[in-house]
Amino acid sequence: MSIEIKNLSKKFNEVYAVKNVNFTIGTNKTIGLLGPNGCGKTTSIGMMLGLIKPTTGDIIIQNKNINTFERNKLLSIMNFASPYVELPKKLSVKQNLQIYGRLYGVKDLSLRIDELAEDLNLKDFINKKTGELSSGQKNRVSLAKSLINKPEILLLDEPTASLDPDIGDYVRSYVQSYKSKNKVTILLASHNMAEVERLCDSVIMMKKGKIIDQGTSKEIINRHGRTNLEETFLKIVRSKDEVA
Amino acid sequence: MRWHKIYALCLRHIYLISNSLPRIIDLIYWPTVQIFLWGFISKFFTLNSEYYSNTVGIILTAAILYDFLFRVSISYNIMFLEEIWSRNFTNLFIAPIKLSEMIASLTITAVFRSLIGLIPAALLAIPLFGVSVFKIGLPLLALLFSLYIFGVTLGLLVTAGLLRFGPSFENIAWASLFFLAPLGCIYYPVEILPLSLQVIAKGLPLVHVFEEMRNILINNTINYFEIFISILISIAYFIFGVIIFYMAYFGARVRGTLINMGE
Repeated sequence: MSIEIKNLSKKFNEVYAVKNVNFTIGTNKTIGLLGPNGCGKTTSIGMMLGLIKPTTGDIIIQNKNINTFERNKLLSIMNFASPYVELPKKLSVKQNLQIYGRLYGVKDLSLRIDELAEDLNLKDFINKKTGELSSGQKNRVSLAKSLINKPEILLLDEPTASLDPDIGDYVRSYVQSYKSKNKVTILLASHNMAEVERLCDSVIMMKKGKIIDQGTSKEIINRHGRTNLEETFLKIVRSKDEVA
Repeated sequence: MRWHKIYALCLRHIYLISNSLPRIIDLIYWPTVQIFLWGFISKFFTLNSEYYSNTVGIILTAAILYDFLFRVSISYNIMFLEEIWSRNFTNLFIAPIKLSEMIASLTITAVFRSLIGLIPAALLAIPLFGVSVFKIGLPLLALLFSLYIFGVTLGLLVTAGLLRFGPSFENIAWASLFFLAPLGCIYYPVEILPLSLQVIAKGLPLVHVFEEMRNILINNTINYFEIFISILISIAYFIFGVIIFYMAYFGARVRGTLINMGE
């Protein structure tokens, strides 16, 4: 599944949150979306999920425009995970997965839940209430929900934020291994540069709603004369002159 | 509309209720308190008022019916607010479900939540005060249906407000029904109101429901036209509520409030 973003803009009260953004994510590629807080990453993801109506521009998923094509059909092959979006706390992990499995029309749901419980080590707390879990456990449950429908497009918004290095590494390894076994196009918004370098085929850098650079991590690092992505990120964010 | 999706959305709320005994007790508690309160008030009137001397169950029956309306509307609002409070809102709105399926699931689940409260309260009133709402007979179903549709409509309007204005609209959710109670003529005949307010009140289904309830209990006659009018008005309001809900949703997409609802 490929994603094409064409001249995408979103204006809130005369201020552009996203301005004239263009990029393409090839089938089964992982793209990293980088940028400081408020640069337009979440707004871009919101528009791709159909939660926010763009002011101008098009989002084309596998040759279908999300704003004119039946939104539900596209959403059924997509999914999303973010630590800022949670599942109902009073429901058990299994109940939450059952509900989302049904909403996404997953066939052989029990089998799919068992698979995810096995892969993401959820078995020990599958019947526990989601609100009683640790951050790391919640994060894995959220990831399980985002994979319940075996999405062809996966949007991840800071998937390892607030996790300790061990669990963060576990999640990154899992995403990497999941991608090697399944056909999935991933857009990863993150502040963790090592994560982006490790998981992404290429990177889009955003600042003040605009794309200021894009390419592979290596290309961007070389272009800015730095040794790693973190230094490059800091240089771009702190500089007043934007790269065209 | 896909029934398995509506079922899944209903299941989310059924799980929530069945997982928590305090929630079940809460659903039963308030209608029961109402019955006790109004039971004693009506008993007092029975002993002290000529008007009510032969119609002991009117106030209590009105209280039960009004509480049903209240429960339907509040259930609707609470189920929607639960999604905001639990920060599940975004997950729900990015799932491949239609707005109509969401409305259908909330509407179906609201009746279950309300009946959990109504049935014990209605049954308790029989041995405690010798009052049975079932004395209304089959028209009770039609009156409850009218109240149910109107309760859902109020719920829809409040949830539309939550979509439009965000969680800050929550207080309106709690107060919404009290705005209409004085005009609804729940405990008194419509003639009590000043003429100008009578005109407005007759535009609400509540007046027709409660006037007919009193007519059945006092005169032992059934005015089917009045029942029909109450259902018709409720359905008209429901259609209006659905339109407002859709408008609020599309407005929220333009303003971008769906992505950070609850924050």
